[in-house]
Amino acid sequence: MEKEKILSEMPFLKERKTSDGIASFECRPADLPKAAKILRDKFEFQSLNDIAAVDMGECAARRFGAVYHFFSHTKKEYAGLAAFCESADEPKLPSLCPVFKGADWLEREAFDMMGIVFEGHPRLERILMWDSYPWHPLRKDFPLEGREAPLPPSFGGNEAAAKVEPAPEEGGPFHSPSCGTEFVPEKEPRSRQGECETFDNL
Amino acid sequence: MDKCIQQGFDAKSEQGFIYTKLDSVINWVRSNSIWPQPMGLACCAIELMAVGGSRFDIGRFGMEVMRFSPRQSDCMIVAGTVTYKMAGSIKRIYDQMAAPKWVIAMGACACSGGMFRTYSTLQGVDKIIPVDVYVGGCPTRPEALLDALMSLQKKIRGDHSTRELFVKE
Amino acid sequence: MQKEFTYPEPANLAADRLGEKMIVNIGPSHPATHGVLRMKLELDGDLITRADPIIGQLHRGQEKVAENLTYNQFIPFSDRLDYLAPMCNNIAYALCVEKIAGIEITERCKAIRVICCELSRIASHLVGLAAYGMDAGSWTVFMYCFTQREKLLTLFEQLTGARMTSSYARIGGLARDIPDGWLGNVNAFANQFLPALDEIDALITRNKIFVDRAAGIGVVSAEMAMQWGLTGANLRGSGVASDLRKDVPYLGYENYDFDIPIGVKGDCYDRWLVRIEEMRQSIRIVRQAIEKMPDGAVNVADPRICLPKKDKVLRDMEDLINNFVLTTQGPDIPEGEAYFEAENPKGALGFYVMSKGGGVPYRVKIRAPSFVSLAAMQELLPGHHMSDMAVILGSFDFVLGECDR
Repeated sequence: MEKEKILSEMPFLKERKTSDGIASFECRPADLPKAAKILRDKFEFQSLNDIAAVDMGECAARRFGAVYHFFSHTKKEYAGLAAFCESADEPKLPSLCPVFKGADWLEREAFDMMGIVFEGHPRLERILMWDSYPWHPLRKDFPLEGREAPLPPSFGGNEAAAKVEPAPEEGGPFHSPSCGTEFVPEKEPRSRQGECETFDNL
Repeated sequence: MDKCIQQGFDAKSEQGFIYTKLDSVINWVRSNSIWPQPMGLACCAIELMAVGGSRFDIGRFGMEVMRFSPRQSDCMIVAGTVTYKMAGSIKRIYDQMAAPKWVIAMGACACSGGMFRTYSTLQGVDKIIPVDVYVGGCPTRPEALLDALMSLQKKIRGDHSTRELFVKE
Repeated sequence: MQKEFTYPEPANLAADRLGEKMIVNIGPSHPATHGVLRMKLELDGDLITRADPIIGQLHRGQEKVAENLTYNQFIPFSDRLDYLAPMCNNIAYALCVEKIAGIEITERCKAIRVICCELSRIASHLVGLAAYGMDAGSWTVFMYCFTQREKLLTLFEQLTGARMTSSYARIGGLARDIPDGWLGNVNAFANQFLPALDEIDALITRNKIFVDRAAGIGVVSAEMAMQWGLTGANLRGSGVASDLRKDVPYLGYENYDFDIPIGVKGDCYDRWLVRIEEMRQSIRIVRQAIEKMPDGAVNVADPRICLPKKDKVLRDMEDLINNFVLTTQGPDIPEGEAYFEAENPKGALGFYVMSKGGGVPYRVKIRAPSFVSLAAMQELLPGHHMSDMAVILGSFDFVLGECDR
C-alpha cells in the first residue's frame, strides 16, 4: 500500500503510530525538505495542509517538533510527517517554503506560537502577536493568562489596568504543564501519574 | 416626540411657536439621530448585521445610518473581542470621533473579556475608552442591542447638554 | 450564459504604471475587510504591486484555552472559530476526538449532524454572499440573504436554544435530541428556500455591473490553489473537484446523493457561482437526511464518554457519580493523536488533537481555512487594481475569528 511504497522510496523515514489511519512517518529535521519534495513529486501530494508545532514538555528528550500533514487531491489521501528539533534551547527546522508556498504563513505561525526557527524562510516574523512580544505563548511553561510583556506601541490605554489576572482557581482546574517544576499532579485528575513523555515512547 | 416638547406645544394658541427648555430640544435632536459606528470585531458583528437586516430593522429607531468613518458617527458599537493588538486602533478611532459621542459595549467580550481570559485579550473595552451602555450575551441577541440603543436614547435625554455648550470647564 | 468579458491582463497594465510607489493602509476597521484584517498595500498609481495582509487583531489564544479545558468544555470555544457556521466547528472537533477514542457514533446522531452541517453551510454562504454583494456595490442582496438567514437562525434556536453560538455537538453524540416537529420546520424552510435562492440568483448573477466587477478578476489557477493549500469553495472555483465529503467521507456522506459544483476559470465570478450552487446541493442533502432519519439513541451508550440521562442521575447513585466525574474531569480519552479535516463552508477545517490520556487534550492545533486563503493574497493581489481588492477579498469569503483563532 501507499505506506509501504513511501517507506521503500524513502528508507530514512520511520513509521509513526497515530489513531487516525493517516500514513504517518517520523523524519530527521535535515531530511524534511527532501521528504516533502519526494512526497509532492512522486506521490502526488500537492498540498501542505497543516503544520502543527508541538511542545512535548520540559523534560522530553526532544522538546519541540512539528507535525506536517499533506493532502493529495488526485489520490484523496493524507500523509503525515513529524520532525523533532534537536535542541530545546534553539529549536530549528528547515523551511518548506521552497517546496510548498502554503508553508509560508504556517511556519510563521509555528514560529510565533512555539518559537521554532525555520531556516531558509524568506520572512520569519511574528504573525498573530505583535512584533515586540517577547514570549511564545503555546509553550507548555507559559501560563494561560500570559506573562509580563510590553504592549504594542499603538496601545493607547492605561497599561496598568490592561493586565489579565489568572482565573480564581489558581490557573483553573486544569493546567497544561505535564511535567517539570510547574506540574502539580493533584490538579490533573486523570493524568498518567505525571510521567514524562520521551521522544522514544511517543 | 419628547414629553417636554409635547407639553409646551399647543398649535392653536402658540401659533406654531414652541416654548421649551433648550436642553430638551438638543437632547431630542441628538437622541433620535444616532449614527452608529459599527466597530465589528468578532461574532457580535454578525448579530450587528442582523440588526441592520430586514427582520430586526434598526431603521425603526432612526439609527440605520451606519458610518464606518469616525468623523461621521457619534455612537461606537464595540461588537466583539478586543485584543491588545486591536486596542490601539479602537482608541484611535474613538479619539477621532467628534463630541458628543457615546460607546456601547456589545457582548460579553467587549464588556469584560468574556470567556477569553487569555494572554492576548483585553479584559473589557472600558479599560481604554469610556462605555455608556453595556450589553451582555455571547453573542448579544438583536433585541438586546435594540434595547441598549433605547437605553442610550434615554440616557441622552437626561443629559444637561447646554451646560456642556455654554459653560467652560 | 456567462458573458464573455475581456479584462486587460495584468501584464498589459504596465502602461498604467507611474513608477512612484505609495503605501496604503486599509483596515483594521474597514467595511471591505470583513472584520479586523489589515491590508498593507504598495501601490503604483492604481495598481497593487505588493500586498501584505496583517492578521492577529482577533487572536484570542483558542489553542492555549483548549489545553486548559476538558474536551467538552472546549466545544463552546469552537463555536467562536468560524462564527458564521458554529455547528460545523463543533462537529469537526467532536469527530476528531472521537477518532482518537475510537468511538462509533449512532446512525441517528450522524443524520442529525449532517442536517446541522448543511444548514450551517447555507447560513454561512448566505452571509458570505451578502457581504460579497455589498463589496460589489449591491445592498439589496444583503437584505434578501439576511431574510433567509433569519429563518435559519430561528431553526437553530428551536434546536439548540441559541441563534448563533449553538454548542450542539458533544464528544460521542449531541447535547440533546431534536425537538418534536423540528424536521417538519426544516422541510418547510427547504421548500421556500429554493425559490428564494433563485430570486437572489436572478437579482445579481446576471447583473452587468456585478459581472463586470467579478468576471476575470482574481484568477487562481488550479496549480496555484493547490500550492497554497486552498480548500473548499475557493479550490473548487479553480476547477479542482475536491470535496472532503466525497473524497474522505465522514458522517456517512457517502450515502447521500449530491453533486460537487466546480468552476472553470477560477475567477471571482466562478467562486460566486460555486457557492450559489453549493447551497442548492445542501438542500438536496438535507432533504435526503430528513427522509431516512433513523430512530434510536443519539448518544453512544458508553458511560465513560457520554453523560447519563437526567432522570437516571436523579434516581441512581452510580449515575450521579458518573455525571459528576464526567462533568468535572471530562471524558476519558485514551492516549493518541489524530488529524481530521471536515468540509466546512470556508474550506477544510482541520483539528490536530494530541491526547495523553485523561479528560484534557495535550495539544490542539486548529487548521483554519481562512488563514490559508489569506496567505494566498500575497501572490494573488499584486497586478490588480486597488478597486478590485474588495471584490477579491469578498469572493474568498474568509472569517477572521477562525483565521486568528
